[in-house]
Amino acid sequence: MQAKQKAELRRHLVAYSFIAPNFIGFALFTLAPMVFAFILAFLDWDGSPYNPMKFVGLENFIRLSDDSQFAAAFKNTIIYTIATVPLTLVMALVIALLLNRKMRGRDFFRTVSFFPYVASMVAVTAVWNMLFNPGMGPINQFLASIGVQNPPGWSTDKDWAMATVVLFSVWKYMGYYMIIYLAGLQGVNTELYEAANLDGCNGWQRFWNVTLPQLSPTTFFILIMLVVQCFKVYDIVYMITQGGPGTATLVMVYDIYNKAFVNSTFGLASAEAMVLFLLVLAVTLIQFGVQKKQEV
Amino acid sequence: MQVESNASKIRQTIMYLLLIACSALMVLPFLWMLSASVKLDKDVFSFPIDWIPAHPRWANYRDIWTTIPLGTFIRNTVKLTLIVTFLQLFTSSFAAYAFSKLHFRGRDTLFLGYVATIAMPWQVYMVPQFVMMSKMGLNNTHLAIILLQAFSAFGVFMMKQFYTSIPTELCEAARVDGMTEYGIYFKIMLPLSKPALSTLTIFTFVNTWNDFLGPYIYLTREKLKTIAIGLRMFIGQYSQEYGLIMAASVVTLVPVVVVFLSLQKYFVQGIANTGLKG
Repeated sequence: MQAKQKAELRRHLVAYSFIAPNFIGFALFTLAPMVFAFILAFLDWDGSPYNPMKFVGLENFIRLSDDSQFAAAFKNTIIYTIATVPLTLVMALVIALLLNRKMRGRDFFRTVSFFPYVASMVAVTAVWNMLFNPGMGPINQFLASIGVQNPPGWSTDKDWAMATVVLFSVWKYMGYYMIIYLAGLQGVNTELYEAANLDGCNGWQRFWNVTLPQLSPTTFFILIMLVVQCFKVYDIVYMITQGGPGTATLVMVYDIYNKAFVNSTFGLASAEAMVLFLLVLAVTLIQFGVQKKQEV
Repeated sequence: MQVESNASKIRQTIMYLLLIACSALMVLPFLWMLSASVKLDKDVFSFPIDWIPAHPRWANYRDIWTTIPLGTFIRNTVKLTLIVTFLQLFTSSFAAYAFSKLHFRGRDTLFLGYVATIAMPWQVYMVPQFVMMSKMGLNNTHLAIILLQAFSAFGVFMMKQFYTSIPTELCEAARVDGMTEYGIYFKIMLPLSKPALSTLTIFTFVNTWNDFLGPYIYLTREKLKTIAIGLRMFIGQYSQEYGLIMAASVVTLVPVVVVFLSLQKYFVQGIANTGLKG
């Protein structure tokens, strides 16, 4: 009995020793900050080591509800998401459908459409900013050469800045989601195509009635991932428009950064982070709900 | 019959044209970048675009090393990327082995906890994380970036998914032969998990190499900066040096492109299988 207990203990210790290296790092530097995030949202602190953190209850959230920067950032994040998600989804699907057939150069096309995704954001936004330079950039020179009278001011124009950011996002991410669509297309039952052909369906009807319904789990999965990704946007906005002009492209993570590291209002920043968290949580819960329904 | 094959030929051609148009959209910015990187600033925006300059200015690629401390930035980034990738691969696959092949109290609860945190974006807790790191005196250290990147739940989740697909009988047989769990991990599981490790390598490498907001928050001293924030600083300081900016951008892209091309098979598989974002 004693020996058996000892062996059991040993077995557990071995198992824990496998997990420990990752878990200790994870608990200290990811889990603890996550827990702290909920606390910080109810504290008032300017980041100075000489000033203590003060518990202020819901005050940060009340201040937030009256904060014009937050209001703009919230609105812009939603607009950005609503514009970027469908565009990326459709582009990814179109390219995946084009690539989902035996053809020469397929691997080449697939690799190429992936470059924007793996490329450094700083480098590709640098080239993007030059291409879309309102005065000298090749895009506007081209538009002028085909007779467009007043080409858009892109990132410098408050009516076009958000569109510029959205266009860039679609370009950068569509290759990634295209791969997921390609994987989803492998699971489409092709026997149904023959049935559809016998029924006299044309290509469009076949796509609409046979392919698309079978792809709906993939589409839903991509939709959720894209929405969450759009909620988290920061780099793209920082590098193309710096949130401007004015607050035209200020998004939530940008505002959280400003509130914490520029204005030193750490509590207020964390309160806004909680709002971001609730948005992501809502989307995740919808995902769980739908997945449960699919399983049943 | 003839009519049908003509129609399908036309369709085929349209498909190719569409694909070429899409690929052009993807690649042209990169070609423009390459071309601009060997031009004088005054020639960068000449129109119609001069794709292959008659007198390429290779000096741009020499000057960027002296105009900004590009060498230091690259050294820092290489160091951080290598350490983070190694720690990530080792600790994730190590923990994933226990989660998939060993039985112990609290296993499933612990794993569920791990997975739940994947849903929480880093941006939500980056501020409290910074506060904690600063209190530990880690602001402006490379250690902060390493600790922040190296222990992801995503890595554990991905490796566990893969290990679950390896038959448990393989481990049982080795145990009967008297192999320790560590022996099984090193001699059997690790060699078998090359595809999963490659996928995780490329995700971690690309993410760490390109990461912006993390280093941007933590590393404000110039000699600590990574290539992403260093290049960004350069663009801020010398926004009119178009040729140099493009040359430095090309240099930034090269390592990622090399790693991507050499491991892309695994990358594509990894995304297709896990369907998860890095």
